[in-house]
Amino acid sequence: MIIEFGHFCLVLAFVVAVVQTSLPLWGAHRGDARLMAVGDPAAVIQFLLIAASFAALTYGFVTSDFSLKLVVENSHTDKPMLYKVAGVWGNHEGSLLLWVLILAGFGACATWFGGNLPARLKARVLAVQGSIGVAFMAFMLWTSNPFLRLENPPMNGHDLNPLLQDPGLAFHPPFLYLGYVGLSMSFSFAIAALLEGRVDAAWGRWVRPWTLAAWIFLTIGIAMGSWWAYYELGWGGFWFWDPVENASFMPWLISAALLHSAIVVEKRESLKAWTILLAILAFGFSLTGTFIVRSGVITSVHAFANDPARGVVILGILGVFMGGALTLFAFRASVLEAKGVFAVISRETALVANNLLLAVAAFVVFTGTIWPLIAELVFARKLSVGPPFFDAAFTPFMVGLAVILPVGAMLPWKRAEIGRAMRPLRGALVLALAVGLLVYAVQTGRSALGPVGAALGAWVVSGALVDLWQRLGRGAISARLGRLTRLPRADLGKMLAHSGMGVTIFAVAAMTAWVTEDIRTVKIGESFALGRYDVTLLAVNSVQGPNYSSVMADMRVSAGGAQVALLHPEKRIYPVAGMPTTEAAIDLGVFRDLYLVIGDAQDDGGFAVRSYIKPFANWIWGGALLMALGGLVSLSDRRFRVAAGARKAAALPLAAE
Amino acid sequence: MMRGALLALLLSASPAFAVQPDEILSDPGLEARARAISQNLRCPVCQGEDIDDSNAPISRDLRLAVRARLVAGDSDAQVVDYVVARYGEFVLFKPRVDGSSLILWLAGPAMLLAGAAIALAMTRRRAGAAEAESLSAADKARLEALMKK
Repeated sequence: MIIEFGHFCLVLAFVVAVVQTSLPLWGAHRGDARLMAVGDPAAVIQFLLIAASFAALTYGFVTSDFSLKLVVENSHTDKPMLYKVAGVWGNHEGSLLLWVLILAGFGACATWFGGNLPARLKARVLAVQGSIGVAFMAFMLWTSNPFLRLENPPMNGHDLNPLLQDPGLAFHPPFLYLGYVGLSMSFSFAIAALLEGRVDAAWGRWVRPWTLAAWIFLTIGIAMGSWWAYYELGWGGFWFWDPVENASFMPWLISAALLHSAIVVEKRESLKAWTILLAILAFGFSLTGTFIVRSGVITSVHAFANDPARGVVILGILGVFMGGALTLFAFRASVLEAKGVFAVISRETALVANNLLLAVAAFVVFTGTIWPLIAELVFARKLSVGPPFFDAAFTPFMVGLAVILPVGAMLPWKRAEIGRAMRPLRGALVLALAVGLLVYAVQTGRSALGPVGAALGAWVVSGALVDLWQRLGRGAISARLGRLTRLPRADLGKMLAHSGMGVTIFAVAAMTAWVTEDIRTVKIGESFALGRYDVTLLAVNSVQGPNYSSVMADMRVSAGGAQVALLHPEKRIYPVAGMPTTEAAIDLGVFRDLYLVIGDAQDDGGFAVRSYIKPFANWIWGGALLMALGGLVSLSDRRFRVAAGARKAAALPLAAE
Repeated sequence: MMRGALLALLLSASPAFAVQPDEILSDPGLEARARAISQNLRCPVCQGEDIDDSNAPISRDLRLAVRARLVAGDSDAQVVDYVVARYGEFVLFKPRVDGSSLILWLAGPAMLLAGAAIALAMTRRRAGAAEAESLSAADKARLEALMKK
């Protein structure tokens, strides 16, 4: 009964979304305030209905209702409760329901927090948001319905993919979806602005918090996914340039560009058309990601629901929304004339360069991801594009970005001199070069990766600190520090996010360049040296988990005779899914992770053991968290709360200028 | 007894283990080259894994083949050619810079150059327009009058 109620709510939500799309849009066109006002309650009701529907499906999973096809295929009575709940979105249909729930949630937020938006703009935003809901709910109801019943329910389910039974992964998809779908708000604002024919500083200020929120969620989601890959998937790799990873990375890059160009719109009323285009593209890449994950056109380790028929529908949705938006853009972009002018050397141009590098980097990732498909269809070549290509083709753009970042961040608006902006950065530059040279001198081997990464990291982090220091004005150190609390949060956020970027750049280079690896056969009781550590295999036992059996090793790591850690790497087998997984044991450290993996028994009675020292591993995700924290601090900036509605009454529509 | 049997079952059911200890060459230089080559070769039956990380039996065969060629004195390029001759360019994770793959390799740099050229041209034009739009004589006189107030 509850399941049918959930199903019914979803159908109702679809109908409400149709209303939310049509009436406010028509009202905004006609200037009819009553029709426009329909958008607000519709957005809230749509959200509540989908929430009820989602709750019903969750109920089905929690109570292991095996009359539901989806529960049978993705759950099992023995599964821990956390994964029963996470199982709701660990599959195609359920994750789509989460997708539309978040979509409607953002629509409702536009109602709840959008009190100061002009009625017409808000009506249009809600209508566009509703139309995305219409498309995805139609897709669900007609091709991917999560509420289908089985005529003959089996006694038990097929279990969730064991790789996905992990706390990190349980919360990775919701964050990622909050990011993906959050970009729909930027998209809706962009379309509404195109329909209005007006983009001004106030618009920039309204759209930025949504983009910022989406970007924060994406950052956290990607970091969680990468952390999960690090400890679960294999031998401690954190990024595989897998199509699905790329699908989340492209919107991240574009939304990072959008964040920066929205600043130019807000502060200088320039780069308007470009910002609108980025907002459209950011959501376009989100939809492309959805297509890549769910169509199975591009093979990937994480792809689920590899159903070409569904892929065609998503491609259709992508085509309609992107085709429509870009056509509208082509017709209306000329209306959005820029007001603020700037010289060739200025903060604006630095942000243009940032946008260019981020957009081209996203484009390189996109080309690499779809190239196997194009090569096969167009050139009849069956080839692969993998990590070595992306490392070679993508990295230069990030290096370029890191080189210009500290300078660009300090340039004044409108007109600037590089020399003058560089003066306070001389110390940072010297420091970065010194760090690079020092690392080059100390490291063994001749790889440029370590020194370059260290120099860039030091440059970006110290540059961000110098920038903040300059913002504190002149005077004694105590006077400057006294002003720290009164600084706009946006400046603090900028420093944190940029430092995070520097930290991540350094950590990626350091871990890749200086990893120590050891593969060998070890007998029980035997020791071996790993870098400055000694590793001993003490015992190997079999252990029974709730829904798996496991071979668990006890391994002692010591340095200079003193025990550093006692680790328990495992090899698990999940009998229901018939799938083995390796569970690495990791001793987390500030400057290094010890990473141990136990493998098969060998003929001589020993076990295959892989062990690694991964330097600065945690700094990769630490940097990502710093970026997200910077975003969060920036999001709390006063101007988004206080002056958000301050579109000047005197400002004329752009069309009239 | 029961536990031992379970242990044996688990171990036999588990797949191979990427690079196995018995595959490793005694010469560290050759081994390092073998690892570097394997990381650029795709496992023909897996989904996007290189043969160095892959658990598939065919990957083990390929790893052994790569090492055998290296021991026989092949250069890195010859080893890669050897594998490509048997499995096609599908196994190369880094497409060769030739023919239609040139598009893939040049797409990024080309877009960067085009984007930079467009951005520069637009900035120049707009900055130029701003100069031209600067104050007329009448406006200047009015501004001065206002400033004196």
